[in-house]
Amino acid sequence: MGDGAVAETAREIVERLVALEGPLLPILHAVQDQFGYLPPACVPVIAKGLNLSRAEVQGVISFYPLFRTQPPGRRIVAICRAEACQAVGGAALEAHAQSALGIGFGETSADGEVTLEPVFCLGNCACAPSMTVDGVLHARVDAKRFDELMG
Amino acid sequence: MSVEVFVPAADFTARALGADAVAAAVAAAPGVEVRRTGSRGLYWLEPLVEVATDAGRIGFGPLDSAAARALFANGPPNVDHPDCLGLVDELPWLEKQSRVTMARVGVIEPLSIAQYKANGGFAGLARARALTAPAIVETVTDAGLRGRGGAAFPTGIKWRTVLESEGEPKYIVCNADEGDSGTFADRMIMESDPFSLIEGMLIAGLAVGADRGYIYCRAEYPLAVDTLAEAIRLAKGAGYLDDFHLEVRKGAGAYICGEETSLLESLEGKRGVIRYRPPLPAVKGLFGQPTVVNNVISLASVPAILARGADHYRSFGVGRSRGTLTVQLAGNVRRGGLFEVPFGKPLRWVVEHLGGGTASGLPIKTVQAGGPLGAYIPPQHFDTPLDYESFQAIGGMIGHGGLVVFDETTDMGAMARYAFEFCAEESCGKCTPCRIGAVRGVEVVDRIRRGEAAADNRVLLKDLCHTMIDGSLCGLGGMAPLPVLSVMTHFADEL
Repeated sequence: MGDGAVAETAREIVERLVALEGPLLPILHAVQDQFGYLPPACVPVIAKGLNLSRAEVQGVISFYPLFRTQPPGRRIVAICRAEACQAVGGAALEAHAQSALGIGFGETSADGEVTLEPVFCLGNCACAPSMTVDGVLHARVDAKRFDELMG
Repeated sequence: MSVEVFVPAADFTARALGADAVAAAVAAAPGVEVRRTGSRGLYWLEPLVEVATDAGRIGFGPLDSAAARALFANGPPNVDHPDCLGLVDELPWLEKQSRVTMARVGVIEPLSIAQYKANGGFAGLARARALTAPAIVETVTDAGLRGRGGAAFPTGIKWRTVLESEGEPKYIVCNADEGDSGTFADRMIMESDPFSLIEGMLIAGLAVGADRGYIYCRAEYPLAVDTLAEAIRLAKGAGYLDDFHLEVRKGAGAYICGEETSLLESLEGKRGVIRYRPPLPAVKGLFGQPTVVNNVISLASVPAILARGADHYRSFGVGRSRGTLTVQLAGNVRRGGLFEVPFGKPLRWVVEHLGGGTASGLPIKTVQAGGPLGAYIPPQHFDTPLDYESFQAIGGMIGHGGLVVFDETTDMGAMARYAFEFCAEESCGKCTPCRIGAVRGVEVVDRIRRGEAAADNRVLLKDLCHTMIDGSLCGLGGMAPLPVLSVMTHFADEL
């Protein structure tokens, strides 16, 4: 998508949400829902619409782990790295996932197929280890289950 | 006439365990009416299907879709079926609980106002409407409710401060950024009984004179966000929100936003960097206005307190820890899930009796209580009662009630390292002890584990921990050293 189209969509989203109290996070979520990430061309539009500097908008984007500035892979895999998952083999799952996908946390495979992200708790701690694939939660995931899920 | 069958398809974890497919299989059977409830929290039995009978609901589980199809092939099974677990309310793990805040969780369909009301919902709000604002505050104070997010600050005192603060508008903010590993009670309330949270916020609004509120929910809980948004829409339609503006807002993956001032910054659309205190949020909170910031469980406990009186709630618990604690058992545990019990039950009773020990069958090495900033409790302290003061006395904290069980294969040095790694990852960066200390902590732990001047580095590590505890601005840097110190004290040969 070209910068012009990104700017146009961002402008529509800003217009729709600007009346909220504290509209910046809802706007960033809405833009990311649209594009899968926050394209650079949306930043000046949002800054202008909210009377902020571009640096302020960029600073907010960079603070929050879930805001992406690069397009993700076609599938997004998030593996929980927190203690409850570690207690039942989470570290082994992390290692298996990285070697099976050939990428580290925060990386996207060269063919653009999959992005691997760390997450710190999915609230599924009684049935760990936990991971999500495109937002769908999976419980009690071991290496074998991981391979099944990734097909 | 069809028989009601309850399937936990409104719960994130039960769904991950296949509850949707089970619901579909049950729905295809003759003579059944499927009700999609939340989970009771007995997760080792999920998906747990409940069938209505004259004597009460009987349970079957865990089921997958094939087992559910077979079980319901000739219509709903009865209590004589060999796989029947018996009456669900009489299952020992439910019978031994005191469900006050979680009374409706797993019982009703979350988005049914009719079922909510039929099970005691909105009775507290009706009672609150008949009281003056100071009388509502007094009821909550008398009940002895303390902040369930972890800080355990008396809720009534916080409300009194907001009530007495000058300023228009005032806000009710619900902290639903449940980021601690091993915790999911907030998630369960939001997914399984969202009107109880809305009712609690409305009562808080009446108590302090606030007419608007926000629920700041972590983005890692998409089902909770959607359920809340729909519940707010329904409550609005039913006239409950005529005088109160309520919205759910989504976080973006920053653990620090569970710290209340950082959460307020985030709601205002800024980086989630913590604020200096004072001023307290109760005096100058969201957009500089007087603001109540309470955890989900704190707010969801309020309707029952109003409906049944302060004395009823106070009758549970011990000492200064009144009421119930929603214990979340997680990690390497045979029966993981949610157990609402009165304060004062021994840790051992919860972990061994309710939880059944480890899932691996190996001896328990430790329990981490209170999330990633909580101490690793060694077995010699397992007889400690679960109340705020007793845990403080052993250098631990109850926090939000999460208990993560580890078996004897756990490398405690690695867990200590992880505590710093997590702090480094999640630090907001405002104060030096946390921002730099966490990074240095990882390095020092690594040196000790490699055997480099281990004795000297242990002295350094302790010093660093105390610098962070004494010098950090908020609980992240101030408490991240607690798990590390607990490892150094109780598992000294591993670090």
